[in-house]
Amino acid sequence: MTQANRLTGGQIDRDTTLNFRFDGRSYTAHPGDTLASALLANNVRLIGRSFKYHRPRGLLTAGSEEPNGMVELRSGAHKEPNTRATTIEMFDGLIANSQNRWPSLRFDAMAVNDMFSNFLSAGFYYKTFMWPAAFWEKLYEPIIRRAAGLGSLSMQPDPDEYDKGFRHCDLLIIGTGPAGLMAALTAGRAGADVILADEDFMLGGRLNSETFSVGDHSATDWAAQAVAELSAMPNVRLMPRTTVIGAFDHGIYGAVERTGDHLPSLPAGKPRQILWRIYSQKALLCAGATERPIAFENNDRPGIMTASALRTYANRFAVTAAPRVAIFTNNDDGHRTAADLHAKGVKIAAVVDVREDAPLSYDYEVLKGAQVLNTKGRLGLSFVEIALPDGSTRMLDCGALGVSGGWNPNVHLTCHQRGQPVWNEALASFVPGENLPVGMTVAGAANGVMSTHGALRSGAQAAATALNLTTLPDLPETEDSPIAQEPFWYVQGCKRAWVDQQNDVTVKDVKLSYQEGFRSVEHLKRYTTLGMATDQGKTSNITGLAIMAEVAGKSIPETGTTIFRPPYTPVPIGAFAGRMIGKEFHLTRLTPSHHWAKERGAVFVEAGNWLRAQWFPQTGETQWRESVDREVRQTRASVGVCDCTTLGKIDVQGTDAADFLNRVYANGFAKLAVGKTRYGLMLREDGMVMDDGTAARLAEDHFVVTTTTANAVSVYRYMEFVRQCLFPDLDVQLISTTDGWAQYAVAGPNSRKLLQKIVDPEFDISNEAFPFMACGKITVCGGLRARLFRISFSGELAFEIAVPARYGDALMRRLMAEGEEFDVTPYGTEALSVMRIEKGHPVGNELNGTTTALNLGMGKMVSKNKDSIGSVLSEREALTAPDILKLVGLKPITPEDKVTAGGHLMNVEGPIDAAHDQGYVTSVAYSPSLNSNIGLGLLKRGDERLGEKMRLVSPLTDLTIEVEIVSAHFVDPEGERLRA
Amino acid sequence: MHDLVATTALGGSEPRVDTVGSVTCAEVPGVALASVAARRGKETQAQKPLAKLIGAPAPEVQRFTGDQVIAFWSGPDQWMIEAPFDSHADLADQVKAIFGDTASVTEQTDAWARFDLQGDRINAVLELLCQLDLRRFEPGYAARSSIHHIGCFALCRGTDHVSLYGPRSSAGSLHHAIITAMRSAH
Amino acid sequence: MIINHPLLGPRDASEFTYLGDASLIDRPDGMAENAADAFYNYAYLRDNPAGEHQELWYHEAGDRSWLVITRNTLTHEISKVELARDVARARGRSK
Repeated sequence: MTQANRLTGGQIDRDTTLNFRFDGRSYTAHPGDTLASALLANNVRLIGRSFKYHRPRGLLTAGSEEPNGMVELRSGAHKEPNTRATTIEMFDGLIANSQNRWPSLRFDAMAVNDMFSNFLSAGFYYKTFMWPAAFWEKLYEPIIRRAAGLGSLSMQPDPDEYDKGFRHCDLLIIGTGPAGLMAALTAGRAGADVILADEDFMLGGRLNSETFSVGDHSATDWAAQAVAELSAMPNVRLMPRTTVIGAFDHGIYGAVERTGDHLPSLPAGKPRQILWRIYSQKALLCAGATERPIAFENNDRPGIMTASALRTYANRFAVTAAPRVAIFTNNDDGHRTAADLHAKGVKIAAVVDVREDAPLSYDYEVLKGAQVLNTKGRLGLSFVEIALPDGSTRMLDCGALGVSGGWNPNVHLTCHQRGQPVWNEALASFVPGENLPVGMTVAGAANGVMSTHGALRSGAQAAATALNLTTLPDLPETEDSPIAQEPFWYVQGCKRAWVDQQNDVTVKDVKLSYQEGFRSVEHLKRYTTLGMATDQGKTSNITGLAIMAEVAGKSIPETGTTIFRPPYTPVPIGAFAGRMIGKEFHLTRLTPSHHWAKERGAVFVEAGNWLRAQWFPQTGETQWRESVDREVRQTRASVGVCDCTTLGKIDVQGTDAADFLNRVYANGFAKLAVGKTRYGLMLREDGMVMDDGTAARLAEDHFVVTTTTANAVSVYRYMEFVRQCLFPDLDVQLISTTDGWAQYAVAGPNSRKLLQKIVDPEFDISNEAFPFMACGKITVCGGLRARLFRISFSGELAFEIAVPARYGDALMRRLMAEGEEFDVTPYGTEALSVMRIEKGHPVGNELNGTTTALNLGMGKMVSKNKDSIGSVLSEREALTAPDILKLVGLKPITPEDKVTAGGHLMNVEGPIDAAHDQGYVTSVAYSPSLNSNIGLGLLKRGDERLGEKMRLVSPLTDLTIEVEIVSAHFVDPEGERLRA
Repeated sequence: MHDLVATTALGGSEPRVDTVGSVTCAEVPGVALASVAARRGKETQAQKPLAKLIGAPAPEVQRFTGDQVIAFWSGPDQWMIEAPFDSHADLADQVKAIFGDTASVTEQTDAWARFDLQGDRINAVLELLCQLDLRRFEPGYAARSSIHHIGCFALCRGTDHVSLYGPRSSAGSLHHAIITAMRSAH
Repeated sequence: MIINHPLLGPRDASEFTYLGDASLIDRPDGMAENAADAFYNYAYLRDNPAGEHQELWYHEAGDRSWLVITRNTLTHEISKVELARDVARARGRSK
């Protein structure tokens, strides 16, 4: 049977036939179809099983509001669960499968849940599975998780690419129905920069589903002509297949463009979807309205859908859900569906209208004052049972039932900035309130203007108002029926009438939750899960609210409304990630010697965004400690080179540069001589240490400041704060030069000899001419400008040499080549760390935001003769008390005992608990120089306790070792080597 | 003359050039940069040597001026000077000599990696990279913003030619972002 | 959010870094008699208004200007954006 339910006409390309598979069976379709319309065309009404009760379900709607018709689209790693069949654009070779069923869609074992529905009502989780508590995690939850739920994940990484982008416009128009198109024509013709976005692949909105004319054209032709005119305007950007998912502050909108979802496969490099951030001066919401169903007994049988969906399928897609159709309505719009279907040759079993004064038709029977009592049919609708006004009942034979309970304006985006919709009595629905997102106006059906002509007028006017235009374009003649909706929410006396079909919430559930004391709408929502599925209750929220209002004996506005939140429809996580995935999750910064280090086989470590060489394994070294120990020994014995480009470098210039540094650093800088470098300690205003580094004075008015790698960005930011906000008239200028210079530490007793081979001979770097802490501009390798600093982090005789970054790679290779005679070694961050611990230099582990200069043994550096940042509060009583923590060295009594970072220090005698805590370990290493594990720690009165034995404990890992408290300066405590 | 061989920001010996469709992205290492920040109280004075240096009036906010040697606005009373590297390897010293004590001058040549995007569809690429309003991208426009979470300067040299300056250490990430966007927009 | 930078025009808030209350501009004199009390107030005591709030933002990915932004904490409405340097000078700060 091929497309048995296909009608004539429609916006499909019958000349092309597409093949697709659903649950393993092959079907045909045409371009212009959605998966939903194609399934209906092939007489497939049963699409899936419901969330909780595994009831057979079909399609409820023809749009993105669909709660039921969800499938797993595509296969393998490309599989996407919970995809709404109503929004899947048909392509050749499409594969879809039904979900939440086992073993098959037609026979689902879990459908037994439906027989136990009494136990699965509102709040069933809380009531049923309370006892015994231990059963929840082990038994109940796994069973429920298996039984409930929707589609399943592929469990493979998403193979598709996604992207992000940014667009700016004067006017963003959301929706391309009559209001949106007319607004775009008005704004576009006036020359404004317009973005026109619609979630559908075919622009025109509801116009493509209607049969009336607009001006001299059919509605769909008028829409096509408007789209053609707009496409030709360079100032208008059309964005079909683009869902505006959220309204954010100050005119910013999030939108997802499905650039590749309609293609059988993505061309290489093409994103599947693009997440746009749209910056709009003004925005116009023309999102239309959604038809709401009426709840009645067994209203979820496949074949029962909104009347407007039946109309859309017939007019736009040339498909009927069944050859024989009934309509259940409380308003005139349901009759329009009946008339359109009749005109297409579909048999109308009857129109069931709850109103006594319903209009009659010559073409089909209208049952006035009648209601649908129940439905029958296995895996799909066969009969509808009608209650007539005289009390009798009647069975209608039909395969589809269109239900119309009136229309709800799509106010969702108006709520995203906490705007509250207001109840409109005449429309019996919520319309946008006053408190709209900044710059947004609402037009057309979304604003409660329900006629087509009204929408055109409202769109034109809204665009004109937004852009301050004085003239409006002429509007075509078209349908202008006044709309009046008498609310009719559900048929009385029904037992299992579905309100929220996606989360399986019934009228009874809503009533029950009220009886159980959930009086706030927000509580109702969470207790019953009404409206909490991926459709956010687009077809159910208002009905649920109305039922609650009725039970409470209040009006709907008194009962309240729930708020809609972004995203308007579900968005794949991949779209939020965009191209920032895998190692591109964040940016990566490479040092100038990176490529050389990679060639050397270095192991890298992430340090913030930087990749730094951690160690350089040599042939035969199988374990990282071998490499690190060797690098330390070779450096201390002869010479080692380490890339320290990552340290922040800030150029500080100006006649007040020294004065500025004097305020930023706790220690004094005013008297630092030109050609000298000084260690600097930076405090936060609360007295804690912020960062440390060096400042080299290259000229009277020129310093180069270094920061730690981790704090380079925040220290620069802070220095700008001090400069601009605290002392705005100081003559000082700042700029970062971190990336501009390749800077290498050359450390070890032979470092000078190595450097003398590359520093040009006119520069004397002997100990006399270039002593410890000297700095200066030099040239190397025959004239390349460079900077040399005699500073040491390792405790050895050491220099840092900087050249323009483009020569960094060449300089490193040169240092290695020239250093061969000294057995030079490159060393990585591990060896760097070992040597600084051996030397007792604090780093981030010690500068952890809770330590003061006094804690770190540098209390005397904080000058009391000047007003530097943090100096006042560093003097606070608690920070200067006698028993505060002091930096110490830790040496295990047994050298092989590992010192554990984060371990705590306890007295040898006494209990091991927090009350008796004496301090903690901050840094640990194996010291090849001492042939022992060592550590640094912070200990109460530590400076007075050298030589004392203590217990180092880590109760979580059952560790207790004995350590001796020693000076933090394990190696060369007198500093003779670095002055050599 | 020294004998060290330079590498480009991407680590090659030759500048990298990628073409996707009608858009080309070229690494441009042959450029020297120096930052100029007017000294306090000498903001107006500093504009004279600046004009002399670039042969044009000092650029307004978010603009660049000049021809062979150009200056672009980089902050209040602060400009970046851009010149050909071959003739200006020591640009900062040359610039300092001109400005004297009216401005602080800092070498920035190797602090930045420059990528030039050229082609008639560069806007389709740029809108995937950059949150700046492309309607303001007319020749002479220079702005700093964030690309792929990297602070970058964008200079519009023509409707089909834009230079992006990103921090040299991030060149690989920036290049990846540009190339991905080019493939995406193609 | 959009921040209308006084020099550059509207820019996405993602280019900026937030610091906090603009009262941080009013740093006390560290050499004054009552410095300890004054700094205690300065470092720890802040108003937390539901409504208009003057706060410091830094244009990290832009021109590196510190700005004083008057923002309504309830609505995010930004009613004023000034260069912090100008505000600091107006509040009497100099060298």
